[in-house]
Amino acid sequence: MSGSHPTTVESPWARRALIGVGFLFLALFLFLPLVMVFAGALAKGWQVFFDALVDPDALAAIRLTLLVAGISVPVNAVFGVAAAWAIAKFDFRGKSLLISLIDLPFSVSPVVSGLVFVLLFGAQGWLGPWLTEHGVRIIFAVPGIVLATVFVTFPFVARELIPLMAEQGRDDEEAARSLAATGWQTFWHVTLPNIRWGLLYGVLLCNARAMGEFGAVSVVSGHIRGLTNTMPLHVEILYNEYDFVGAFAVASLLASLALVTLGVKTVLEWRFGIHRAGAAH
Amino acid sequence: MRRSKQRSALPGFGLTMGMTLFWLGLVVLVPLSALVIRAAGMGWAGFAEVGLSPRALAAYRLSFGAALAAAAINAVFGLLIAWILVRYEFPGKKLIDAAVDLPFALPTAVAGIALVSLYSDNGWVGSLLAPLGIKVAYTPLGVTIALVFIGLPFIVRSVQPVLADLGRDVEEAAATLGATRGQTFRRVILPAILPALLTGFALAFARGVGEYGSIIFIAGNMPFKSEIAPLLIITQLEQFDYDGATAIACVMLVLSFAMLLFVNLLQAWRARRGTR
Repeated sequence: MSGSHPTTVESPWARRALIGVGFLFLALFLFLPLVMVFAGALAKGWQVFFDALVDPDALAAIRLTLLVAGISVPVNAVFGVAAAWAIAKFDFRGKSLLISLIDLPFSVSPVVSGLVFVLLFGAQGWLGPWLTEHGVRIIFAVPGIVLATVFVTFPFVARELIPLMAEQGRDDEEAARSLAATGWQTFWHVTLPNIRWGLLYGVLLCNARAMGEFGAVSVVSGHIRGLTNTMPLHVEILYNEYDFVGAFAVASLLASLALVTLGVKTVLEWRFGIHRAGAAH
Repeated sequence: MRRSKQRSALPGFGLTMGMTLFWLGLVVLVPLSALVIRAAGMGWAGFAEVGLSPRALAAYRLSFGAALAAAAINAVFGLLIAWILVRYEFPGKKLIDAAVDLPFALPTAVAGIALVSLYSDNGWVGSLLAPLGIKVAYTPLGVTIALVFIGLPFIVRSVQPVLADLGRDVEEAAATLGATRGQTFRRVILPAILPALLTGFALAFARGVGEYGSIIFIAGNMPFKSEIAPLLIITQLEQFDYDGATAIACVMLVLSFAMLLFVNLLQAWRARRGTR
């Protein structure tokens, strides 16, 4: 193949040089940081590593992270499916504006994403005095963390499903309807099987971000140990206290999650031809 | 309500559209308008006092400057990586291809502590650079390094599909007309992938400006020197200066929406070119 058009390929040495430079760059910026996480976690052996993970504060952080992702991912998945149904299966004016609005959280700095909820619910925020009066805590408490996470992960499922469902069109659904299926039956038995891999893909990316979100959650959490610390925040606290092994131990769990996410995502791309959502995330 | 059953025989438009608009409004639009309304209520003088203070200006300069530098570095190396992934065969290619998305998947705080440990004076990489007098950690250079990590996939994933679709026939034509490989790249390939490259550049830049988690560990966080804009927002909040935080956030929001508009215009341009 390469021999048939000798004029449109680089010389072997140029090719090797380009691949070499690419490898060096990736090693320096991608692989070394990843190796560093696991090396740092195991710097003092497995025992210290495990002790850091079963520390009560670390366990509380893991539980909170699972809780927050357990709420925000399903919520955004349901929203994503509903939004994709409305946007992909129907024609209406202002569709592209609506898609841009859904994508909005991607272009907002995580810190600003947290800030907007402090302005709404914080002690000096709009609803702050009313909330204090009624004994409801949102900022520096779990509800604020959930809200910030929902905001940040808002577009993931929707932006995965909208192009997929638009591409699939509505022929299958219309056929089901003409066979007297109800709306729900059509959705459960026709649409959902059609979009399941795309949905899984979106949920996967949404979950990775929900569990790893740092900036937005940092603003609303208040960093109360054992109560409002998620795993990324716990990593920060341990690191700032010079407990490097502890920080990297918790970080290695998050890095493992990232690797699993990448692995499943890659399998979905190869096996089911799910398009690569890459560019805008 | 529906005017013609012909257009869409499917039910559920009202329900799903209602859910979408309600949820979008509740989660995204109301909170964001809280920010804008608060900023509007401050008055110009109050807004400028914090939002355009020397310390804030220094923070924007660092955030935007480092994001620009990182996006430029990534434009070169991201293009190179996209090129070798599309054009060449080598062992481990599929693994490398999948690994490019690592910065999307790795939590930013994890990236942050890993990078600072690598690039501090006694880290694996920092200890090699220190004898040369290059200090990375706790300097603006460190901020740039973190943003190179964060931005790489944006460039690779923007350029890669366009490069893969590029027909070889134009290159062959250029070669038969006597163009060297370098000339073909500059005059034929680069113009064809330029819109995609610019899109990736803008996306990486926009993400870099707002980035927080991967930077704060490696930046020194010194006011006027190595303090990024998002950190300044947090500092203001910790002093319960909501107005100050709002002003800085608004400046950043406006600038990132300008970037978003730029990306959309680019994509419209690409779409037009594509149909020709």
